[in-house]
Amino acid sequence: MKHAYTWGGILIVVFFSVVGDILIARAMKQVGDVHALLRRSGVWTVVGRVLSNSNFFLGVAAMAVAFFSLLFALSWGDVSLVAPAAASLTFIGNAFAAKIFLHERVDRRRWIAAVLVAAGVALLAG
Amino acid sequence: MTFRKYLVLAGVTVFAAAGDSMLSHGMKETGSISIHHLQGVILAILNPWVAVGIVLLLAFFASYMNALSWADLTYVLPATSLGYVLLALVAKFALHEQVSPMRWLGIALISGGVGFVAGGPALTHPESPPMEEGAKDATPSANPVSATGAES
Repeated sequence: MKHAYTWGGILIVVFFSVVGDILIARAMKQVGDVHALLRRSGVWTVVGRVLSNSNFFLGVAAMAVAFFSLLFALSWGDVSLVAPAAASLTFIGNAFAAKIFLHERVDRRRWIAAVLVAAGVALLAG
Repeated sequence: MTFRKYLVLAGVTVFAAAGDSMLSHGMKETGSISIHHLQGVILAILNPWVAVGIVLLLAFFASYMNALSWADLTYVLPATSLGYVLLALVAKFALHEQVSPMRWLGIALISGGVGFVAGGPALTHPESPPMEEGAKDATPSANPVSATGAES
């Protein structure tokens, strides 16, 4: 029973982390290069553009859900399982989602990187 | 890639690592939270370690959003994982803790992965209208841009 709770918690964390990352990434692509914007029109333009973007708020909401489910999952399961499992599954999930939803060219180089990083995170945080 | 952009990526790495470790330290102090006692979440936030961790994670979030405005998600994410490497190195050389062979292997894998991504382009996806718009704007107003550029 405890295992089911723990893995359920991990999957919920991973799902909302990926959704949040994708929405924030999309929002910031819509806002545009912050460095160029700052140089051209100042901080308030950047703040205004971010705050008028609905993807940003949806992304933050998804990340908040992920954050609180992580707190719950951490209190239910072992930190040494929950933290690395959630982190490394989020990497793999994000690579797929970035390819599908953000149309990033996830070439072989980036797939290898995603797998290496996910494996490394699992080893380090475990 | 400019020096500033590398600074932003460094911020992503450092703030994520510092924020996460403060948060996990604080959560160990507060103990477990059950669904039947949701006020435990509020108590957790009142713990100073958790509070500082949240502030650092906000700083992480600002640098993360900044980086995502000019780079792919799959480019920025490996930078966050470098934080784990940083934590292991701090544990070894500052706190003189034992770092097991498995952890060194983990460090090697993450560093290898980051190297793979960093060797490629930062932005790959075809559509990025704000960039083109910016390029068009930059030509007629070349003087004001360079004036403010010298300021910053």
